[in-house]
Amino acid sequence: MIRDITIGQYYPANSPVHRLDPRVKLLGTLIYIISLFVFKGFAAFVLAAIFLVAAIKISRVPFSYMVKGLKAIVVLMVITGLFNLFLTQGTPWVSFWVFTVTYEGAENAALMLIRLAFLIIGTSLMTLTTTPNQLTDGLEKSLHPLSKIGVPVHEIAMMMSIALRFIPILIEETDKIMKAQMARGADFESGNIFRKAKAMIPLLVPLFVSAFRRANDLAMAMEARCYNGGTGRTKMKPLCYKRQDYIAYAVLFLYLAAMIALRFVWTYLSALFGW
Amino acid sequence: MGIIKARKLVHEYIRRDEEGNVESIQTALDRVDLDVKAGEFIAILGHNGSGKSTLAKHINAILEPGEGSLWVDGYDVSDDANIWNVRQSAGMVFQNPDNQIIASVVEEDVGFGPENIGVPTDEIWQRVEDSLRAVGMLKYRTHSPNKLSGGQKQRVAIAGVMAMQPKCIVLDEPTAMLDPNGRKEVLKAVHKLNKEKGVTILLITHYMEEVVDADKVYVMDKGRVVMQGTPREIFSKVDELKSYRLDVPQITLLAHELRREGLAIPEGVLTRAELMEAIERICQSY
Repeated sequence: MIRDITIGQYYPANSPVHRLDPRVKLLGTLIYIISLFVFKGFAAFVLAAIFLVAAIKISRVPFSYMVKGLKAIVVLMVITGLFNLFLTQGTPWVSFWVFTVTYEGAENAALMLIRLAFLIIGTSLMTLTTTPNQLTDGLEKSLHPLSKIGVPVHEIAMMMSIALRFIPILIEETDKIMKAQMARGADFESGNIFRKAKAMIPLLVPLFVSAFRRANDLAMAMEARCYNGGTGRTKMKPLCYKRQDYIAYAVLFLYLAAMIALRFVWTYLSALFGW
Repeated sequence: MGIIKARKLVHEYIRRDEEGNVESIQTALDRVDLDVKAGEFIAILGHNGSGKSTLAKHINAILEPGEGSLWVDGYDVSDDANIWNVRQSAGMVFQNPDNQIIASVVEEDVGFGPENIGVPTDEIWQRVEDSLRAVGMLKYRTHSPNKLSGGQKQRVAIAGVMAMQPKCIVLDEPTAMLDPNGRKEVLKAVHKLNKEKGVTILLITHYMEEVVDADKVYVMDKGRVVMQGTPREIFSKVDELKSYRLDVPQITLLAHELRREGLAIPEGVLTRAELMEAIERICQSY
């Protein structure tokens, strides 16, 4: 059962979004998140929603997969919503017992919820259409300039991809150790949270020992295959932009420009009509 | 000069306490001499702790010789400047298939070695395809290594070494963690590489059955090479092998026991066919 956990949440499909260069998707997600938090006003959100829905449609990932991502943060959303609803100062709207809901509070809460939902759906669209390996490749390439100021970008990317490779192996191993300990009478289920945490020790100690041993073996195997850090390395699958990537960048900047334009129009209209 | 040449190779594992004083010295290799010619299939036999893995790590320049000297493909291993040349001419396959596969897709793992030595992209793809075909794993190229069997993983590891086009491959107990089927798969692939591509093979093992087809066998015990010769020569000395806590292949053992009971069977029978032939000859002579 424990082995069924999948790493990342890649949804395999052959869509234009899947085929995009990971760097485009990384930058796109970043721009989208910023646009959500910087811009205000009804029109901006409509535009953000249109952009998101269009991207989802093109990616051919079922909408239910997006909503799955939302489930994970439902508690966070409820708390954020309640705080905004009750703790914002302003004109009272409804009031009962010690709580007062203001117009501004209701507006803030609604905005915040929409923002969070769009944020999660937007980022899960990226993880659903990009394999973890592409993601690390994309990160390595786009952060490459940082290596000039001494940030070990290649090493970090290598560590990430090795971690991804070993997560399923370590999960399997955890499963094995757990069964071995249970066969000798270990109890992982009963008791309160402290007792449960304590019961994990005989699980974690052998797991760590074996992880270190694996790391040692792996380092040796990598050295034996001439691994010598990032310098002088070539790439089997180098990232290079294609036509579709330039188009995607164009769409992205068009979106950003539209958002900025909307912002000015909105301020102008608000001033005009005294909203 | 052969592809691997060792003269009086010594390696000691020195255990030190916290102040750096020497606590104990364990001699893992004791004046080992080794001569391997290009294209040979060499087997190194030995019980646990006989120093065979230590020897393997020297050939790949993972360990440095304490005393004596070792040349791989003409490069002196103790010279740091040669490390990458040595590792490129002598590839190494380890025991645990899981701990030597780096990437999460088969073809990317095979490409890891060529990437490290700076092979251009197009050639990497060519090499990956060739190596995977050579070990019969081409149709698994886009699979995740986690979904493969032990024997398949080990063949991917061999392909990963092959893609660096080494002259020699050292396999350190590559079959120790595999089931009998996986063992057969891996050995078949190794023999194929030896015959078709002319790669020199150093197979380190403690399974006697894997040694039978080798050109030359070295037996190690307590860090020293105690026996060397063709498999037939080695396996004709059943009692000596037993004194090094090694077994002989079952067929050889059977032949040996029969001979001891007075049947006229030659020493060093290696295969079932040979034993059958010997027994038939005895039957005819009656």
